Amino acid sequence: MKLSQLDPGKKATIISFTDSEMAVKLMEMGCLPGEEVEVERCAPLGCPIAIRIAGYQLCLRKAEAAVIIIQ
Amino acid sequence: MADLKVALVGNPNTGKSTLFNLLTGLNQKIGNFPGITVDKKTGYCKLPSGKTAEIIDLPGTYSLYPKSKDESIVFQVLADKNNASHPDMIVLVADSTNLRRNLLLFSQVADLGIPMLLVLNMADMAKKEGINIDIDKLAERLGVQVVNISARKGEGLTELKQAIAQTTTVATQTSSILAKDFAPQAIEAIKQKITTDNDYFALQVLHQHEHLAFFTQKEQKEIEAIEVSTGFDTTKLQGEETVARYKHLSKVLTDVVTDTGAAKKFTVTDKLDSILTHKVWGFVIFFFILFFIFNAIFSWSSLPMDLIEGTFAKLTEWGHEYLPAGVLTDLLLDGVVAGLGGIVIFIPQIAILFALISILEDTGYMARVTFMMDKIMRKFGLSGKSVVPMIGGIACAVPSIMSARNIESWKDRIITIMVTPLVSCSARLPVYTLLISLVVPDEKVWGFFSLQGLTLMAMYFISIIAAILVALVFKFIIKAKERSYFIMELPVYRMPRWSNVLYTMYEKSKTFVIEAGKVIIAISIILWVMSTYGPSSRFEAIDVKYDKIEATSTDTVQLASLERDRSAEKLENSYAGIIGKSIEPAIKPLGYDWKIGIALITSFAAREAFVGTMATIYSVEGVDDENGELRLRDKIAAAKNPETGLPIFTFATALSLMLFYAFAMQCMSTVAIVYRETKSWKWPIIQLVYMTVMAYLAALIAYQLLK
Repeated sequence: MKLSQLDPGKKATIISFTDSEMAVKLMEMGCLPGEEVEVERCAPLGCPIAIRIAGYQLCLRKAEAAVIIIQ
Repeated sequence: MADLKVALVGNPNTGKSTLFNLLTGLNQKIGNFPGITVDKKTGYCKLPSGKTAEIIDLPGTYSLYPKSKDESIVFQVLADKNNASHPDMIVLVADSTNLRRNLLLFSQVADLGIPMLLVLNMADMAKKEGINIDIDKLAERLGVQVVNISARKGEGLTELKQAIAQTTTVATQTSSILAKDFAPQAIEAIKQKITTDNDYFALQVLHQHEHLAFFTQKEQKEIEAIEVSTGFDTTKLQGEETVARYKHLSKVLTDVVTDTGAAKKFTVTDKLDSILTHKVWGFVIFFFILFFIFNAIFSWSSLPMDLIEGTFAKLTEWGHEYLPAGVLTDLLLDGVVAGLGGIVIFIPQIAILFALISILEDTGYMARVTFMMDKIMRKFGLSGKSVVPMIGGIACAVPSIMSARNIESWKDRIITIMVTPLVSCSARLPVYTLLISLVVPDEKVWGFFSLQGLTLMAMYFISIIAAILVALVFKFIIKAKERSYFIMELPVYRMPRWSNVLYTMYEKSKTFVIEAGKVIIAISIILWVMSTYGPSSRFEAIDVKYDKIEATSTDTVQLASLERDRSAEKLENSYAGIIGKSIEPAIKPLGYDWKIGIALITSFAAREAFVGTMATIYSVEGVDDENGELRLRDKIAAAKNPETGLPIFTFATALSLMLFYAFAMQCMSTVAIVYRETKSWKWPIIQLVYMTVMAYLAALIAYQLLK
């Protein structure tokens, strides 16, 4: 499942990334495989989304969240 | 001279700037890194050892691999030993509440082999959240000194200064990853080419040599050849390196960080977010805040602006009375002082706007605005992050265009830069105010909305709509170099740091006065000379003609009007008048005469010159009267077209002029900053052309429809 499909308020664990360029950026910001992630809320127009990860809040567009594989 | 250069490096939102302000006090200045226009903040700090340290604040970044223009500075400075900002030691500022992510940057920087120490900021907040950090163990494992501070409360500063003084000149940090394992062949080849014994430095050079200006064309080619021959894959290797570093950090942090989860985290931020980014309330609050900013810029500034205007008027009056009359005095008062007054008057508005923006940024609200607006802005080829420069554009495009640097995507950033000057800046305000007061009646609609105020607001709306539509056009024209992305930290809400707010206010106002000031004073002087002098043959002929009439006339009333006719004729034949006349055919369809033509020419470099030019032209033309300043409006209102005898400033002309000023790129400072920011003349020229064409067409259509 992709992070972009997770509903607000739900938690999951990051498994891997489908895009290696984006993966570097995401990992540098703390999104690591094995890390627990929670979707906090969507922006008023549905995109971007705000997630809680590694003790802080990050926002990213749905297309970017789609490269994160979760379970 | 400083004994020691210290660079502050760290993630964004770690309180690095607050620490910088604490260490240096007001003893700091903003300059440029050589060759690049990223603000370089430096300051001095006295150490307990009696030595002085020069502190350099480097832009916040999550990694040495840059995502934006700002971030690329960090490695450029750390890599170049000959760079004037190259530090003797590095203070790495980390957020205690999020140590692992912050230490990624630490471990990259540490591998460059520059002496360093680690500062754990927000130690108090970490404690509150139940995070406990064993700093002795951490120091031992990293091989550097670790200092706990709380920059907001000003705690731990003495210890930090002590630690800086004690840092050895030889790097002591323990090694983390073996850089050589990632690309052994390529690293070996680079080490021979650029004479370094640092494997990680060689690896970084392979990754980002195109950002490093100190390599010659030939060296760049050689590095590229090495990349090709060894099959160097930047993206793959960056990923592998990041994973390896995190693996190492997990080991380092075992038994160092213990999270008891004592207090419930982020409850305040969560509650605020649910209101401030709410589907309905989020936008309502945002527009309310925008309205508040807009209102504050105009209403809070009116008193200080009146004071400044009054002071300069008095100064001019006083000067004319007491200084010896002559050309120099006229030049000083009507050229230099008038020009200075034209700049100083904008300070209140700029200061208020930047104070409010820095409060919004400091509290964390601005990040939420970009979060909410991203989807809308993206439809027009912009990014959520374009909102900040565009709001800033209401005050001044110059600092706003500079603030577009934190937009990572090249295309989003270029479009933002291209449309920001369309947003009505405070320099257009005096033009609008003067013209509106001439043609819009001072009446109230439904009893309380001022008609003039509504017209003014409409001008701002038109400018913002124009900016968005032009962005849409650019979205289809400009080809993207890389994909746009929007991964951004949403910091927790905090109280603004008032000292930062005050400092931003002071710094932005100073930059504006100095940057815009140079241009405007120069123009004021040139304008004064051009409107006072003309070809001597013509001036002599005028003098001869009027002397003759005067000598024969005995009527005193006629004599007074003769004097006025003489100066009017002189203005018409001055250099400014000649130029104004020569462009008259082009501007006649817009409803302008040659006098407005002069104003258009002088405001080519700075639009705020419009009112000053009108004042100069009409006061040169008029005979001396007691309060020339006050009567400017009446003089302009009374101006008649000599051919038709009808007033020049009709509603159609005024609206056409306002639209022209709304869209035209009449600001040399903006052209210069766009050139510096894009590093090419292509973008400022495109901008200048499209804005001028748009201004001309809008003015033409408005005048032809309404006349």
